[in-house]
Amino acid sequence: MDERRLREVALTPDEYRAILEQLKRAPNEVELGMLGVLWSEHCSYKSSKALLRRLPSSGPGVVQGPGENAGAVEIGDGWAAVFKVESHNHPSAIEPYQGAATGVGGIIRDVIAMGARPIALLNSLRFGPMPASSRHFEGVVAGIGGYGNCIGIPTVGGEVYFEECYANNPLVNAMCVGLVRTDQLMRARAEGTGNSLVLVGADTGRDGIHGASFASLELDERSSERRPAVQVGNPFLEKCLLEACMDLSHTDAVIAIQDLGAAGLTSAVAECAGRVDGAGARIDVARVPRRERGMTPYDVMLSESQERMLVVVQRGREREVESIFEAWDLTSAAIGEVTGDGLLTVFDGRDEVARLPVKLLTDGAPMRRLVGFAPEPPYGLDLDALPPPADPGASLLRLLASPNLTSRRGVFRRYDHMVGDSTVIAPGGDAAMLRVKGTRLGLAMTTDCNARYCHLDPHLGAQLAVAEAARNIVATGARPLAVTDCLNFANPDRPEVYWELEEAVAGLAHACRLLDLPVVSGNVSLYNDSNGESAIYPTPVIGMVGVIDDYEKRLGAGLRVEGDFVLMIGSTHNDLGGSEYLKVEHGHVAGRPPALDLTREKAVHRLILAAAQSGYLHSAHDCAEGGMLVGLAECCLLGGIGVRCPAVRPEPPLRLDAAFFAESPSRFIVSAASRAMPEMQSLARRHNVELSLLGLAGGDSIEFEGQLKVSLAELRAAWESMVAV
Amino acid sequence: MLGVESVVKFGVVVFPGTWSDRDCGWVIDQVLGQELTYLWHKDADLKGCDCIILPGGFAYGDYLRTGAIARFAPVMEKVGEFADRGGLVWGICNGFQVLCEAGLLPGALIRNASLEFRCEWTNLAVERTDLAFTSQCEEREVLRVPIAHGEGSYFADPATLSRLEQRGQVVFRYCDVNGRVVPNANPNGSLHNIAGIVNARGNVLGMMPHPERCSEAELGGADGLKLFRSVAESAMKVLVS
Repeated sequence: MDERRLREVALTPDEYRAILEQLKRAPNEVELGMLGVLWSEHCSYKSSKALLRRLPSSGPGVVQGPGENAGAVEIGDGWAAVFKVESHNHPSAIEPYQGAATGVGGIIRDVIAMGARPIALLNSLRFGPMPASSRHFEGVVAGIGGYGNCIGIPTVGGEVYFEECYANNPLVNAMCVGLVRTDQLMRARAEGTGNSLVLVGADTGRDGIHGASFASLELDERSSERRPAVQVGNPFLEKCLLEACMDLSHTDAVIAIQDLGAAGLTSAVAECAGRVDGAGARIDVARVPRRERGMTPYDVMLSESQERMLVVVQRGREREVESIFEAWDLTSAAIGEVTGDGLLTVFDGRDEVARLPVKLLTDGAPMRRLVGFAPEPPYGLDLDALPPPADPGASLLRLLASPNLTSRRGVFRRYDHMVGDSTVIAPGGDAAMLRVKGTRLGLAMTTDCNARYCHLDPHLGAQLAVAEAARNIVATGARPLAVTDCLNFANPDRPEVYWELEEAVAGLAHACRLLDLPVVSGNVSLYNDSNGESAIYPTPVIGMVGVIDDYEKRLGAGLRVEGDFVLMIGSTHNDLGGSEYLKVEHGHVAGRPPALDLTREKAVHRLILAAAQSGYLHSAHDCAEGGMLVGLAECCLLGGIGVRCPAVRPEPPLRLDAAFFAESPSRFIVSAASRAMPEMQSLARRHNVELSLLGLAGGDSIEFEGQLKVSLAELRAAWESMVAV
Repeated sequence: MLGVESVVKFGVVVFPGTWSDRDCGWVIDQVLGQELTYLWHKDADLKGCDCIILPGGFAYGDYLRTGAIARFAPVMEKVGEFADRGGLVWGICNGFQVLCEAGLLPGALIRNASLEFRCEWTNLAVERTDLAFTSQCEEREVLRVPIAHGEGSYFADPATLSRLEQRGQVVFRYCDVNGRVVPNANPNGSLHNIAGIVNARGNVLGMMPHPERCSEAELGGADGLKLFRSVAESAMKVLVS
């Protein structure tokens, strides 16, 4: 076999040999292309599957774990939350607007395929420093807004970080959350020999051919030639597709719905059949509605045209389903049927053009045995060499104005975050919350990852990401329920990168197990490198949902009442390693990330949830990047109320800079009425958690007696410096 | 206030690409307890509704120009006839754009001055309280209502603009919290800070902000409900008289 041809379909000579062995003949061109896309890293997880098995994926509330279009957990009153996060990094690097837009479109279809109505979008974005990365930043933000705003699903949460390591490899992870009655959850299984396969939605064009393979390669100077591998989104069409799919619940003629995403028709049919033992499928590409002339069977099978779904329909009832799509002016075409022979057979009219075992496509790719090797631990940190903060107020202002800590209002006001009349906690605080209409339930959701911690220590960094996501949920008064993860890493063929992946997955598994958080869905994006260098930080993004039984008891991050006690829950240590303070004020990315005790973390969550449930708290905010002072400033700015505090006198060995700026985990800044103090103190004792009084809410500045005094106006000007961008 | 049996029938038009239909429907049905009917764009039948709402969204994808295709929908011919007979027609966001394209209201909505989509809270100075849509508002009241649009900058030629002003057809203007109509309070570059206008007869209202998104306290404010209440009340009066 010509090596060049193999490279085109992203197969290695070893993989080709494996195909010959299993197939006992040489594949034809169409078959080779189909195997190439399904055996790509993006579809087969051949480098990560063994690791992913370590993640806990079951639990009492889990109604659907990994392996389907999205995961699902019960949230109460007969409802399930369906959610998943997915990457669209490579396309967004080449064509930021469409890359991001189609990332959003794809994740929405995953949720629709479960029979759920999508109710919210979130994202997690990484760029190089501004203004050099403004093409990526502007394009991606516009693409996310362009798709979400048009389709009418609110974008309620997300994160944006700027670091040098993402300059050539921006990360665009999109998450969608949907709601479905637990008993109406659908699964994309091609059950029932003879049932029809109906392709609905957009016509098929040549766009996105080899997209999945492209996403499994490093970017290089020829990557821009791959622009045809980036798909183009049509959110209007997807809106119609969404409503038509919701209307499908009115008929019981539908067996399953499957999204056409990476690897298009090939993947959709193979996955749908692969989930049922012994099932196969026979399809005729001549019946696939085309967008252009002259398309070959190869093109049709590999096209990644967006806004398409495959519907498995009971034989003889195709007309009922077609009429639902017709009402929305959408094309539908019966392209084949479910078989019992375990083969995916493709015809072009009367000619058979491919015939492959389904299992060869879905599970045949040889798993890669990669070797991890721990690099030298990143640069140590000598805390004794750091001078004390000369002017903590000035440091606070610089931190608030720094790219990773400034207000994201300039970004989220470009996203419609209110459509749906359900957003009861809008973006800008910790987690967002949507009410579940017709119930008292509030569904909290967030995305999180401090990749700098993961760079310094992937095992600990991944744990910290889970803990912080959980704190974001808890800060709203909601119980964390489950996780979806998006593992963004560089080229795993490099031993130090594979080690990062191993360590991060181990850390993730450990934290999720201890915090009782099953990982119900996820995605892996590897090869986020350019030209064999400038690898990204390991970035295991955590998406999390949680629930509060009565959303009237939800908490915001901002201070609400003058005269309230402002409290720090949890203890502070000399955790300056990897901190924003260290980078912004001293120019170092160094040290060990903050130590995390998951048992303590859990105790703090219990305390906050108990206090919220009892109505003792007026606000709660996760104290994270930038430390206590930045967290406190956010509480003041979000609430429009200042705070007066006595001077901070840290007890040795705690340093003054650490008291202000350390990023010790398992901490919250809360506010409560003075009369609730005895209860708060007894709750803290019962949970064995440290509680300390920071100060009193009031005035129009942050003041630590004799140490700093900065007006809210100055703080706001610094914090909102990016809004004008 | 309305009695239990006295129910007003709202018709919410659904174009392909509309998304505020369900939000408007929620307020009418669940919050206000009035009768709700969805009107499909292909149906040339208003089903005896007392007030027609053209809700927000991206009708037909808004691909050519916002509202440009929607005006040709079969349902729009009936909406035009209904308006001519004095029926209440209320365009919100995309619905306002459709009403301008259909010629039921003057002027046009163009790209925001920022060239960006904006979703945020605004303050609206109410300049007319004698209308069916605003009868429950007080003179010079300031309503807090969110916007969510990329093309909401109101534009009209000078003659049209001065006619609108002379006849008092400007219903809502973007203002600060104290009701002052100042440039800083204008989120999109609309001429004269215009957020909503009414036709000369007073039965066709177009507005860019979304009252259906602020009709319950838990969504951040309930000022929008005053407009829905006003319509319910006024339509009742018509029914009774």
